[in-house]
Amino acid sequence: MNTIPGRRIIMVVFLIFLLLPIYWLVNMSFKTNTEIVTTMTLWPHQPTLENYKRIFTDESWYSGYINSLTYVLINTVISIAVALPAAYAFSRYRFLGDKHLFFWLLSNRMAPAAVFALPFFNLYSAINLFDTPWAVALAHCIFNVPLAVWILEGFVSGVPREIDETAFLDGYSFPRFFVKILVPLIASGIGVAAFFCFMFSWVELLLARTLTSVNAKPISAIMTRTVSAAGMDWGLLAAAGVLTIIPGALVIWFVRNYIARGFALGRV
Amino acid sequence: MDKTINQKAWFLVLPVFLVVAFSAVLPLMTVVNYSMQDTFGNNQFFWNGVGWFKELLDPSTDLGGRFLASLGRNLLFSAIILAIEVPLGIVVALSMPRQGWTVAVCLVILALPLLIPWNVVGTIWQIFGRPDIGLLGYTLNSLGIDYNYVSNEFDAWATVIVMDVWHWTSLVALLCYAGLKSIPDAYYQAAQIDGASRWAVFKAIQLPKMNRVLLIAVLLRFMDSFMIYTEPFVVTGGGPGNSTTFVSIELVKIALGQFDLGKAAALSLVYNLIILIVCWIFYTVMTNAGAERPEKKGAA
Repeated sequence: MNTIPGRRIIMVVFLIFLLLPIYWLVNMSFKTNTEIVTTMTLWPHQPTLENYKRIFTDESWYSGYINSLTYVLINTVISIAVALPAAYAFSRYRFLGDKHLFFWLLSNRMAPAAVFALPFFNLYSAINLFDTPWAVALAHCIFNVPLAVWILEGFVSGVPREIDETAFLDGYSFPRFFVKILVPLIASGIGVAAFFCFMFSWVELLLARTLTSVNAKPISAIMTRTVSAAGMDWGLLAAAGVLTIIPGALVIWFVRNYIARGFALGRV
Repeated sequence: MDKTINQKAWFLVLPVFLVVAFSAVLPLMTVVNYSMQDTFGNNQFFWNGVGWFKELLDPSTDLGGRFLASLGRNLLFSAIILAIEVPLGIVVALSMPRQGWTVAVCLVILALPLLIPWNVVGTIWQIFGRPDIGLLGYTLNSLGIDYNYVSNEFDAWATVIVMDVWHWTSLVALLCYAGLKSIPDAYYQAAQIDGASRWAVFKAIQLPKMNRVLLIAVLLRFMDSFMIYTEPFVVTGGGPGNSTTFVSIELVKIALGQFDLGKAAALSLVYNLIILIVCWIFYTVMTNAGAERPEKKGAA
């Protein structure tokens, strides 16, 4: 691949630009509040784990992480489960209204969350799911199911048709073919799709905040609340922020070659 | 591309259809319903016809003024971030190392901002930009630049834009990098034999090959920036005044803040319609591009 002059410097400068704000957050999370407010220090002079300790011992904090993880996991499972057969259908068959349906799915992926906040509030209150992880999980399906369909469709299309035909000739029933042959073949695709469902559900705040009040409050909502109530506990806020970055940072290595694909809905 | 016609495929699509219909069609029907009515509380509704829509598109009314102002701000915001992120993303993609372990490291660091929860992105920049405790704000102020994103409109805009550049330029870069990687080496060798300049290589080989991913990147960035909510909300709360109140923030204010259901619903529909039109362009681009490479799919 051909590159441009001065590329090392450009790359290094850009990476520093990306890392500096994150470093500042990590830096703050290890400081005491007195150090944050009174002095300007580039690294923590009196490093403390107090902020993290408080998050892990105070139930109103760590329950936020549990709530978030609960609805994110439910959402990922639902999205992948319903998207898999649909991805196969879109990739292999032509049927009445297939293109319209595909477009309709995409349009839901792109719909502004703000539009749905209020109707979702009414809908999930009406069916008694308000303030449960299920409400948020189902609400996030609106953008994650289309995303999963689009990503998986690309991976299914990479599996040669002959494999289906051979399997059917060998007497595999459709469900058995699906579970025994197709799913193992596109395992990496399922992993990528699951990662992106996880990610987009994890980063979303507006719907998650609107659909919960007490019992299922996600960590992101707890963060905003505590900032306004506790008179700016910066160290604690920073520590909570760092902990929300970790799940993404942990798995990013495994999907690094698929990131562009996932963000472009499997079309790269 | 020789897909067989099979109407039974609908059974495979049915679960997706039901799930998405439940969470998209039902709520949207409520929105349409509300948009035609007025309420004075107590769950009493009155027929208002297209009144809200008229008001929405008339800048002299309160609702219309707020909507059009936030729409204008939002379009300006989208235009600015596209003008920065697209060229910067291309430059970064061209600067990617060729091979070795540095490629993986660069990819991981580039992707990092994309995976941070949006409210934490806001928090990061809120802390980073504060004049008293943030590295950026502190440095700027000690350099003699009076910078305060809470009280100064220009500073608030600058902060929100730099934040978005920080958050999403990587997406453009990663997409372009994926496009660049698909160019066979033979192209470059041919260019070398022809004695093509660096610029000529970019214009004649790399840019055309990146065309499609760039279009996807532009549309994705446009749509996401057009419905941006969380990040500016956390950093500036839409202020100072209304200077960083974008359409989504205005909508949430009306819908959940004032509980003005009719107005909010009318705004939602117009907002959704704009997104839908852009989305249709996006879809056409993607499916056309897909039709261009059937031989690749068949060979895979």
